[in-house]
Amino acid sequence: MKKIYLDHSATTPVNPKVLEAMLPYYKEHFGNPSSIHEFGKVAKAALEEAREKIAELFNCSPYEIYFTSGGTESDNLAIKGVAFANKNKGKHVITSKIEHHAVLESCKYLKREGYQITHLPVDRFGFVDPDDLKKNIREDTILVTIMHANNETGTIEPIEELAKIAKEKGVYFHTDAVQSAGKIPIDVEKLPIDLASISGHKIYGPKGVGAIYIRKGTRITPLSHGGHHERSRRAGTENIPGIVGLGEAVKIAFKDMDKYNEHLKNLSVTFLKKLKETINDIQLNSHPEKRISSTLNISFKGVEGESIILSLDMKGVAVASGSACTSGSLEPSHVLSAMGIEPAIAQSSIRFGFGRDNTLEDVDYVISVLPEIIQRLRSMSPIYTQSKK
Amino acid sequence: MNEILRGKPSFKGRTVVVAMSGGVDSSLSAFLLKEKGYNVIGITLKLWDYKEVGGEPLQDGVCCSVDSMNDALHVCTQISSPHYVLDLTKEFRGRVIKNFVSQYKKGRTPNPCILCNTEIKWKVLLGKAKKLGADFLATGHYARIEYDDKRRRFLLFKGKDPSKDQSYALWGLSQKNLAFTLLPLGELTKKKTRELASQYNLKTASKSESQEICFIPDNDYPRFIKDWEKGQESEAKKGPIYNLKGERIGAHKGIPFYTIGQRKGLNISYPKPLYVLKIDPKENTLWVGEDKDLFKSTFYVSNLNWISIENLKDTIECQIKIRYSHQPKKGMISRLTDKCVLVKFQNPERAITPGQSAVFYRGDEVVGGGIIDKVKD
Repeated sequence: MKKIYLDHSATTPVNPKVLEAMLPYYKEHFGNPSSIHEFGKVAKAALEEAREKIAELFNCSPYEIYFTSGGTESDNLAIKGVAFANKNKGKHVITSKIEHHAVLESCKYLKREGYQITHLPVDRFGFVDPDDLKKNIREDTILVTIMHANNETGTIEPIEELAKIAKEKGVYFHTDAVQSAGKIPIDVEKLPIDLASISGHKIYGPKGVGAIYIRKGTRITPLSHGGHHERSRRAGTENIPGIVGLGEAVKIAFKDMDKYNEHLKNLSVTFLKKLKETINDIQLNSHPEKRISSTLNISFKGVEGESIILSLDMKGVAVASGSACTSGSLEPSHVLSAMGIEPAIAQSSIRFGFGRDNTLEDVDYVISVLPEIIQRLRSMSPIYTQSKK
Repeated sequence: MNEILRGKPSFKGRTVVVAMSGGVDSSLSAFLLKEKGYNVIGITLKLWDYKEVGGEPLQDGVCCSVDSMNDALHVCTQISSPHYVLDLTKEFRGRVIKNFVSQYKKGRTPNPCILCNTEIKWKVLLGKAKKLGADFLATGHYARIEYDDKRRRFLLFKGKDPSKDQSYALWGLSQKNLAFTLLPLGELTKKKTRELASQYNLKTASKSESQEICFIPDNDYPRFIKDWEKGQESEAKKGPIYNLKGERIGAHKGIPFYTIGQRKGLNISYPKPLYVLKIDPKENTLWVGEDKDLFKSTFYVSNLNWISIENLKDTIECQIKIRYSHQPKKGMISRLTDKCVLVKFQNPERAITPGQSAVFYRGDEVVGGGIIDKVKD
């Protein structure tokens, strides 16, 4: 059976070049970068080389890049670390209603610890209104954390405007850039952001490794304590093969950003067009333009998203509803709910996540199986068939 | 293997959804169906989580735990079948747990597993299976289904292993349900199931038996009801305990904490052991007496479902089973209305309990069943 992977927002395969770059650091260059001897020095050199590659992506100094175990850890460090270090200034944090759970749950934790959290609303496409941010910043606000691109819809937030507002008010600004890294530029010379999280496995790098950009001078408390790794901001022996892989993945993503974006846009736009031609009663939940080119969130009215996922899986096509972390629960997605999409439509949504290796043939294959699945499921849905009478 | 699946034509290439708890029975069911040529889809239901039900589990790998889902996934991987987890916590809470609690509050002793079968497995899951294009739903129950040409009905029979028969839990299945159902273990003994599972190297071969009620992992009913009702206005009220002479001889902690035949927890010093005979939720009273007083013969059964007959016209003789661990005993069942029958045991039986299911048998064949409503004094 054909196997087509359309869930690149959940994770991506490791690029063979990335894997090749990593392998020596499992074998001959296994040293601990903290060691003084030659083995250590080789590992240390690889660590710093990777750091430079990430710094290029952000257009920042390598000293502003810290390696972590992934996007979740980076988000936790940014939010809790800044909150702990600045609690004398205030205990108010602003975020949005459509963040990833790594951000929402970190904020929830802070709330239990006595902090106050404001969740900004979003409009029909998931955009945060910069005026809302302006209105909600208070004397005691210490951090604003708003994602760069949403993981369920691909919608790109007006990060530049938002970050500028925070900067004017002297409030730290963090962005979860896990979905956007390597797809849209994150130049911290132009964007006045103070912290940004990225993850390796979303950009054809390995799992279990990520990084965080922390602008020089940012007051932040480390969450893990131990040796003086990562300039005392993240203790623990560095995952050198992973970090090398992350560096290579970032380098490739950065270098080929335009090429891949064009490819992904072509795939997703063609797919959407063909979908509209073959299936009626569908709704695009993502913004038609202001989205990362890989992601499309589409509702198929009258059908549960879950049934579509399972049916497509049996045809060899891998898609998701909402984020990988919440799939499997029938609660409508918090992102689509915040966008004001009614529960029945939200529950009928599917996220298609295109990747570099997908082709137009893949699109054609999905278009050859999906209409039949939707038709079958709709014929079993009493509400849908009744509404058509 | 052919005889294992007797009663249903073997449709090579037909699709069957197997409800997999992560235990040995459903694991072997999936394996046998796959061997038989069915296109198997394993589905594990997530019905509740620990946050919600509270209590510390008494054993590892109980149903609905992550471990059990992983076990089911492991078996499906072994047989190269897809496996999915369906989150039905909301449905389970609304249709099974709520009923369980409200029945206890009415002084009855419900059987949530039976309700889960009719309301969750053979309703919600069956609907999902159809949406996946499945032709059948299979479970690891020890019972048999056969189509009877003469009566033009699907019949339900006891499983071949008398110590493990689970037909009692399936009395609520409709003709349509039965037509859609495969029970691959009906001809096997539990011992044979374990043997086969370990012979085929199924990971779950030696897993321990599941406990009585899955969502009370610590088996502490009073704790569960207290936790569940916390913060609700109608919390359990204390009340009097009477003996059969009408003398007030003690106080109870609240009706939900008692069941017919219960001896523990009465806290009354009396010359003879005392048992709960009757629970009166209206008066908030408990009636207690000696063991011999627990024996009754006549009771009403409602919420009926008939399997081997279309309807009960007058009176028939059959064997009646009044709880999962009860040996069916001879008696007569008589039609009162479409919705209610009167049951009369030949000899009195101990602790006939409202809320429990009564299942009517003729030999191995299930005639039908219902829920015990009221016991005649």
